[in-house]
Amino acid sequence: MELFTNQVLAGIATGAIYACMALAVVMIFQAIDHLNFAQGEMAMFSTFISWQLMQWGLPYWWAFLATLIISFVGGIAIERLLFKPLAKAPILTNVAGFIALFAIVNSVAGLIWDFTIKQYPSPFGSSPFLGSQLISTHQAGMIGVTILLLIALYLFFQFTRIGLAMRAAASLPESARLVGINTSWMIALGWGMASAIGAIAGILIAPVVFLEPNMMGGVLIYGFAAAVLGGLSSPLGAVIGGFLVGIFENLAGTYIPGVGNELKLPIALALIITVLVVKPAGLLGRPIVKRV
Amino acid sequence: MTAMLNIKDLRAYYGQVQALHGLSFSLNEGSLTTLLGANGAGKTTTLRAICNMVRSTGAIEFEGKALSGKSTENVVRLGIAHVPQGRGTFTTMTVEENLQLGAITRSDSKNITSDIERMYAHFPVLKERHTQQAGTLSGGEQQMLAVARALMLRPRLMLLDEPSFGLAPLIVRDLFKILGKINREDKVTILVVEQNAQLALELADQAYVIETGRIVMSGNAKDIATNEDVRKSYLGY
Amino acid sequence: MSAAEEVVTEAPAIEAVPKRAMTLGLGTSLVVLAALAIAPLFVKNFIIFQMTMLLIYALAVLALNILTGGSGQFSLGQSAFYAVGAYTSAILMEHFGMNYALTLPIAGVICFAFGFVFGQPALRLSGVYLALATFALAVAMPQLLKLGFFEHWTGGVQGLVVTKPDAPFGLPMSQDMWLYYFTLVIAIGIYIASINLLRSRSGRAFMAIRDNEIAASAMGVDVALYKTLAFGVSAGITGVAGGLGAIAVQFVAPDGYTITLAISLFLGMVVGGVGWLPGSIVGSAFIIFVPNIAEGISKGLSGAVFGVLLFLVIFLVPHGARQVAMVAQQMLGKLKKN
Repeated sequence: MELFTNQVLAGIATGAIYACMALAVVMIFQAIDHLNFAQGEMAMFSTFISWQLMQWGLPYWWAFLATLIISFVGGIAIERLLFKPLAKAPILTNVAGFIALFAIVNSVAGLIWDFTIKQYPSPFGSSPFLGSQLISTHQAGMIGVTILLLIALYLFFQFTRIGLAMRAAASLPESARLVGINTSWMIALGWGMASAIGAIAGILIAPVVFLEPNMMGGVLIYGFAAAVLGGLSSPLGAVIGGFLVGIFENLAGTYIPGVGNELKLPIALALIITVLVVKPAGLLGRPIVKRV
Repeated sequence: MTAMLNIKDLRAYYGQVQALHGLSFSLNEGSLTTLLGANGAGKTTTLRAICNMVRSTGAIEFEGKALSGKSTENVVRLGIAHVPQGRGTFTTMTVEENLQLGAITRSDSKNITSDIERMYAHFPVLKERHTQQAGTLSGGEQQMLAVARALMLRPRLMLLDEPSFGLAPLIVRDLFKILGKINREDKVTILVVEQNAQLALELADQAYVIETGRIVMSGNAKDIATNEDVRKSYLGY
Repeated sequence: MSAAEEVVTEAPAIEAVPKRAMTLGLGTSLVVLAALAIAPLFVKNFIIFQMTMLLIYALAVLALNILTGGSGQFSLGQSAFYAVGAYTSAILMEHFGMNYALTLPIAGVICFAFGFVFGQPALRLSGVYLALATFALAVAMPQLLKLGFFEHWTGGVQGLVVTKPDAPFGLPMSQDMWLYYFTLVIAIGIYIASINLLRSRSGRAFMAIRDNEIAASAMGVDVALYKTLAFGVSAGITGVAGGLGAIAVQFVAPDGYTITLAISLFLGMVVGGVGWLPGSIVGSAFIIFVPNIAEGISKGLSGAVFGVLLFLVIFLVPHGARQVAMVAQQMLGKLKKN
């Protein structure tokens, strides 16, 4: 039983990483109905920017804040320059665009900062949390930040006019235009916010997985899985999905014989697909009813 | 009286298909005008062209400003509220959120709350349901919500696309009464597209009849309503 | 309608492509064919090898095109079918000493069955969910191939070496050239069969499902059957391509069939034009040669150059090679009139 509890705790700790990434995935899905395959790379790039700022002598929190702003503006810029022109192109063309963006960001980061692994500091330290060997203070801090982020997003979407406008633009673009909402800018704003959330995710993840251009590859896959599991239309679902994926991954590794580290990911994905076959809208997502 | 909306030689296209063939008409400030015609005559397209939701050529002027080239949201920001066919309700949001969305472009946030109260006075049923998801309302209630949402813009001009569609006759009567009241009391110019010609002509003071993308008849609503030939050939009752 | 439901008039994943627009005219086809038949006589063996790979990837892209362009289903897992085909051929040749040509139909049939079975759970998924499911398959495949349980057959991480066949009947041509013509014949056969498939009753059923699934089922199309069938056919063709690939590369190993391959095939389809079968070869050329070109332009930034080139393609011709072909056709039409 203790093994089980320990594995669940460890799962929650890794799950926090996925939850954070899944939030960014849901943000952009809400705005544009696409999974952004380059989301992880954008987060990685943001993390490198914060690292660079710290190298230049900025204190942690100032670098953090500056990175958020840079990422927000950068996300908007990417949307305006690259994806707004593709708004009317076929969906698959957009997916190709995401893949292209992925290749560019990854390669440019490698050129600027090279592929050696770098240490990244944590503001929470890495001592055991409440005496537990399984959760460090950093991981506890990460869970805390994820939950704070979730609450902040909830408040933003429920109680601000711009949040209301963004929700309207996402649910019925044409009606939104008819009440005077500039839906095109709402999409750009969604990109900016997703990019900033991704930056937070990257900065929190980097102390765990170390900083390098390929650090987000695996994380993004789990982030997608978490978002899809939770229901792509629900930020809360994404966070819960993130924790569940983390827990399941650890339990599968411990209890299913023959599942080494290599097979953890396929098994986690297989579980998620099973869930989706039973409940296609995800755990907390809204079923989508098509009008014929 | 001055013309508030002036449309000259309006042509509109869906892909290769031309839907409007040089349509011209104007609306007087404070008037309540109806645009009548059969299915596919181009009524909806005309409204959509005013808001630039369909590719069109020709001149549309609103209070002296040209609308062509403006995005839909910028047309709306000039004070033109459009209640689309199918009502465009934000079904997953509450009734109150729908009303707030109607006022989303306004910066006088203090007056918005009192405007919402005014809407509840016009449509008491919306007050009863203000925390309910709009998708749970009945068709008639959703139509009232759509009109209320449009009024939250404090529009100068309101465009309504077949507000009677799918509603029970009694509810349609109620709705039209309220439209008349809004027109008189709030000084909102109204253009309403209708298939229910009889009712629309009772309500309106000005009427246009449209056929295959052209205006074929215009005049005082009462004259058109009493003109036997018009009724038989265009309005079908 | 209940409160919790959201009504979406969802556009189909891809635009409808009329049936006739899915192929090339006879004249153009013959010109392309002649070029493909003559070209190897004038180039070096290494280039012949690359042209063989061009045809093989073109087959794999064509297979994806039947699935996505034909039936509107999306797959990021084609590398898994490709891997199964490759391993089938390799194992049959090396462990059972079977003739290489005979292994290909077997690879095709096994992959068809695999795809058909995989298509069953996929039936309940669409859009991003199907993308995720197929993606999971692609991610899992290299790991499965490495499993100790299969190691006796698959060679584990090391993989298997495959013998390259000589030209038969004492024909005076190099191994590479023989393999090229062998591949060309198979590719033409599959291309013609695919066109006929899409023109047949089944093809019409695929396209009806692609354009409007509910309407298709209302017309009496057995949606479940045809969707899984599309998966099966697509996987089968990919399997044959995989088998050919194993023979051409003379080697199979788990890391040759990662998600990167699946993404490449997907890009090939987009660049070639979704739903336009002749575009497959253009898409294949893109995924084979553009990374090389990118590397040539800048070694350190090859990824970025590749991304930029890809962006250029989708900005200039968002409908891929099909769009280029259509514009060219219109211009030719105008020339003829004048």
